[in-house]
Amino acid sequence: MTPTAFTPWSALAGGALIGLAAVLLLAASGRIAGISGMAARLLPPYREADIAGRLAFVVGLVVAPLVYTAATGRPVAQTVGSAPLLMVLAGLLVGFGSVWGNGCTSGHGVCGLARLSPRSLVATLTFMATAVATVFVTRHLIGG
Amino acid sequence: MGIVLQLLAGLLFGIGLVVSGMADPAKVMNFLDLAGTWDPSLAFVMAGAVAVTMGGYRLVLSRPRPFFAPAFDLPGKTALDARIVIGPAVFGIGWGLAGFCPGPALTSLGLAAPGTLMFVPAMIAGMAVARWLSMRNV
Repeated sequence: MTPTAFTPWSALAGGALIGLAAVLLLAASGRIAGISGMAARLLPPYREADIAGRLAFVVGLVVAPLVYTAATGRPVAQTVGSAPLLMVLAGLLVGFGSVWGNGCTSGHGVCGLARLSPRSLVATLTFMATAVATVFVTRHLIGG
Repeated sequence: MGIVLQLLAGLLFGIGLVVSGMADPAKVMNFLDLAGTWDPSLAFVMAGAVAVTMGGYRLVLSRPRPFFAPAFDLPGKTALDARIVIGPAVFGIGWGLAGFCPGPALTSLGLAAPGTLMFVPAMIAGMAVARWLSMRNV
C-alpha cells in the first residue's frame, strides 16, 4: 500500500482544534461532540429538542473543507476508495455500528475518553481492535 | 447566538479534521495498518484532541450551566452491556474497510469524491436502521 508521511505536528494541531470545537460545543449547548449521535438525531423520529443546533453543527462540519481552501488557498488532499460495493458496505457498518454503540471516534474516542468514561474506553479499544484486524485481513491476508 | 456557536464548533471540528489528516482515508488506513505502511500520525490527533477536551471540559463543567441551554446534557449510561461491544466492533470493521468514520465522511461530502458519495448515504441508512431498532426495543 502507498505510504503516507508521518505528520506529528499538524496531527497535534488538528487534534487540538477538534478538542477546542468539543469544548466550545459543550460551553454553548451543554452537549458532547459526538458526530454519529448528532447526525442520527437529524433523522426521524424527532424526539430531542434543539434539532436546529445539531443541524448547525453538521452544516459547519460539511462546509469546513471549503472554508479551509478558501482561506488558505490549499486544496484538501484525499484518497478515497471507489469500489461501490465496498464503500456501501463500509458505510452501512459504520452507520449502524456507531449508533448501536452510542458513539464513534468523536463521542467515545475523544469526548468519552476525556471524561474518563469506562464505556467509552471499552468502545474505543473495541473499534480500534476490529479496525486494525480488518485492515490486516484485507491488506495482508486477502489483498497482499 | 447559541446556534451560531454550534455552527462555529462544527466548522472548527471539520477544519481540525482537515488539518490533522483525519479527513484523508489513506492516512487513516495507514494508521490502522500496523503490519504494513504504518503512519502513527493519528495517535497524535487523538492525544491532542483528548488533552484539550479534558482540560476544557473541566473548566466548562465548573460552571453551573452552559451559555445557551438550561442544563448540561451528558451521556448518563455507565453499564457495560453487549451493545457497547457489538456496536463499536461493527463500526470498526466498516472503519477499517473504507477509512471513514462519521465525522470525516460528512466533512468530505463537499469534496464530492465518488467513494464519499456512495459511503455517506449508506452510512445514514445504517444509522436509521440502528435508531429504528433501538427505539423499537425500548
